[in-house]
Amino acid sequence: MTPWWRDPTLRPAIVACLTLSAAVGVFGVSFGVGSVAAGSTVLQTCALSLLVFTGASQFSAVSVIGAGGSIGSALGGALLLAARNGVYGLAMSRRLDGSLGRKFLAAQLTIDETTAMAVAQPTRRAQQVAFWVTGVALYACWNLGTLIGALAGSAIDPKTFGLDVAFPAGFVAMVWPLFSDQRARLAALIGGAVCLLTVPFTPIGVPILLSVLGVLVGLQRPSSAPNSEVTQ
Amino acid sequence: MTWTLIILLAVGAYAFKVTGLIILGGRSLPPIFERCLGLIPAAIITALVIKDTFTVGQHLTLDARALGIAVAVIAAWKRAPLIVVIVLGAAVTAVVRQL
Repeated sequence: MTPWWRDPTLRPAIVACLTLSAAVGVFGVSFGVGSVAAGSTVLQTCALSLLVFTGASQFSAVSVIGAGGSIGSALGGALLLAARNGVYGLAMSRRLDGSLGRKFLAAQLTIDETTAMAVAQPTRRAQQVAFWVTGVALYACWNLGTLIGALAGSAIDPKTFGLDVAFPAGFVAMVWPLFSDQRARLAALIGGAVCLLTVPFTPIGVPILLSVLGVLVGLQRPSSAPNSEVTQ
Repeated sequence: MTWTLIILLAVGAYAFKVTGLIILGGRSLPPIFERCLGLIPAAIITALVIKDTFTVGQHLTLDARALGIAVAVIAAWKRAPLIVVIVLGAAVTAVVRQL
């Protein structure tokens, strides 16, 4: 079998994974800047990206502390956001092979971007390549970006350059290929609506957890041909 | 920011990842769960877009970000590369904020 890095059928996926990682690195810069501006040291900021490694939780924790929130409320919101990595882990466990040690390493890399890139691939091999390439490249870029941002300190205001939109804009690009499946579109519609409707009434972080209700679309058996899910 | 928070968050976040991927993940689940699990990214990532575009804390807002994301959606629909989608979204948001 052709090694994965020379397989022409995998090349578009690998390019997409590396592009995404570079973009997330830019976003890591904005995390570094924001974290230091909110009162963290450079070392604490880098420790968050190295050890926690789940962007939304990191942003949530830093913004709550920066706004004067307690450790408890900062931790609660951040862990609620981190809980979805557990469900990503369930989805990825269907797709990843390898030893237990390798899976403990894969666990740290199981986040929005790696899961989204993996599930968007048509074959099991491409899914695994996409997961690991995105995971390793994104871990490197996210932490390098964090370091650069933390050192640059509060010299840059992320909002002036619209960097706060890099996150949702990246998600738009990631989720779009999934919408070729009609049920995914319906799940997304429900998830988005639930989030929008519950934001004013629930603590920060909870609407994202509630949006998982959208997957109940999957309770219904698919009516059309199964291969309709892999449209190019 | 305190080291206590950083350590607790790091341990908690990793525990969620390990629980899903290794502790629960090794079991074979019925097809109905498979179908639901496959829909998780679509539902949650869309909710993240909504949250990051239309909310500040617990408040719903409509500001420059909405236009930036609208342009990002059009770019994604036209199959633009990810970096183009992000740069367009950020640039449009930044320009609208200057108006």
